[in-house]
Amino acid sequence: MPLDDRYQLAFKLYPYERSSDQDASAPVRHPVVVLGGGPIGVATALDLGLQGIPVVLLDDHEGVGQGSRAICFAKRTLEVAHRYGCAQPMLDKGVVWNLGKVFHDDRQVYEFNLLPEEGHRYPAFINLQQPHFERFLVERVREAQAQGAPIELRGKNRVDAVEVKDDHVVLDITTPDGPYQISADWLIGCDGASSPLRKMMGLDFDGRVFEDNFLIADITMKADFPTERWFWFEPYFKSGDSALLHKQPDGVWRIDFQLGWDIDRKEELKEENIRRRLDAMLGPDVDYELVWTSIYTFQCRRMKKFRHGRVIFAGDAAHQVSPFGARGANSGIQDVDNLGWKLGMVLNGTAPDSLLDSYDVERRHGADENILNSSRSTDFITPKSKISHVFRNAVLDLAEHHAFARPLVNSGRLSVPCVYDGLPLNTPDALPDAPERTRPGAPCPDAPLGQGFLLDNLGGDFVLLGIGADVPDQLEVEGVALRGLSVPAGGDIKGRYLGEAGNAVYLIRPDQHVAARWPAYDNAMVRAALVRAIGKD
Amino acid sequence: MALNTAPNIPDPDGFYAELLNAHEGLSDDDSIALNARLILILANHIGDRAVLTEALAAASKGDTK
Repeated sequence: MPLDDRYQLAFKLYPYERSSDQDASAPVRHPVVVLGGGPIGVATALDLGLQGIPVVLLDDHEGVGQGSRAICFAKRTLEVAHRYGCAQPMLDKGVVWNLGKVFHDDRQVYEFNLLPEEGHRYPAFINLQQPHFERFLVERVREAQAQGAPIELRGKNRVDAVEVKDDHVVLDITTPDGPYQISADWLIGCDGASSPLRKMMGLDFDGRVFEDNFLIADITMKADFPTERWFWFEPYFKSGDSALLHKQPDGVWRIDFQLGWDIDRKEELKEENIRRRLDAMLGPDVDYELVWTSIYTFQCRRMKKFRHGRVIFAGDAAHQVSPFGARGANSGIQDVDNLGWKLGMVLNGTAPDSLLDSYDVERRHGADENILNSSRSTDFITPKSKISHVFRNAVLDLAEHHAFARPLVNSGRLSVPCVYDGLPLNTPDALPDAPERTRPGAPCPDAPLGQGFLLDNLGGDFVLLGIGADVPDQLEVEGVALRGLSVPAGGDIKGRYLGEAGNAVYLIRPDQHVAARWPAYDNAMVRAALVRAIGKD
Repeated sequence: MALNTAPNIPDPDGFYAELLNAHEGLSDDDSIALNARLILILANHIGDRAVLTEALAAASKGDTK
């Protein structure tokens, strides 16, 4: 198969360069090879590279594909990007929004305000075209490389075959200069929803197919729509069974129409037909230009297991959801957040390779939560039977006049990181008086601290956080360094981490999830919790 | 609180007539929509998730034993 581009590039970010591996007499072995240069693959390479772990990323293109695709990036994603050192350009470029309005026919039935809690560095959401998100990640990779991070991005390197062994994987790669082989101790599959790697390995990807087509039209226009998310059920302008209007940077608006199942794709993608729908929605006086159009269908499904020996899957390759709720790219970044430190510790020899089984368990838990939420949203937006349609419209009718019906309106439950409740790395809660939101398994909520924020001080390594309680500055358990951090028991930290408790000690994982918490420091308990949190228990 | 399946509506005949009355003159589709709104209003009033689950099970079985 020739190495032709399957899509046009928005940004050429990693042009093909010949690698010395291509001239080696035997396949060169690398600790980690990442397959796929999308946001999840590049973030994985960045996470590992910043830990000093050599990583080679392979992609069959030379950069980021065109099309806005994912546009809503959640607070948690920005917090992870902050740790990688690339959140600020995303925030600077992104559009911050809080207000969502829901319409049925020609009536507004409901509006919600994300009302972000005060005292977080990042807003609940930004809208940003996926190519920019990816570009900022790659720019950060370039900066990290310049500072010595051992990351290699190899464009126009298509993997055509893998041979999975017990302790390594051999990859057959095609390049413009011909084929070569490398091998990897660990192979991370981030090659997207249609993952060629998954297919090469003959692995399952089961779930539910939703029989509906959605048309995306990204347009630029000079119109005074506010920076809000507008969602119509059965809009009066009849451009689709539902419609969405959402603002992106650079004067671009995302418009999305639900077309139904039996459509003529080619016909619907003709400019005059897209314009007919847009004109009906926007009215005759609005001038606009089409930037990007696409028709998509979707599935809610996941692999049975994300880890297959030395091969680990992340992002859309491992799980796929409907777009409602922005749970695709955002959950993929949470995969990376979860995998990075674990793979790092396994490669450094500080944790057993069974720690990676906890990636599998925790992120399948996350994927199931996302699939559940996104399936429920989809069932509300695209009713599958007459009676589900009747109930949906009953909810919308009632929501206009009765507050009780508004929580039932579901145009997408927006992505929040999941809590790893009841999973093996957690130590049972020893501080039940403290808030539930910071229980073991939960991601740490941000809070102001000094001139900055609490999360600036967490993550990357294990932290022992003392709140109104003394903890040692440094501690070593089983070869793992723990960093102590003592903060005063006041302000938002008190509200979010103490509640009714007077003081607390939290053990926080490198991905900023709570591993354990107690009222005070106890060396033996901390040791036991850490042993458990690195999969040695 | 368990689902109350003992007689609980004073004036049962009056209630039943009122229920039918509400549907008087409606098309089948409008009647179905009214029932859906009514179910949602009543379900919210009950609020107790366990009771709602019991009620759904009872309705699905077609009896209340």
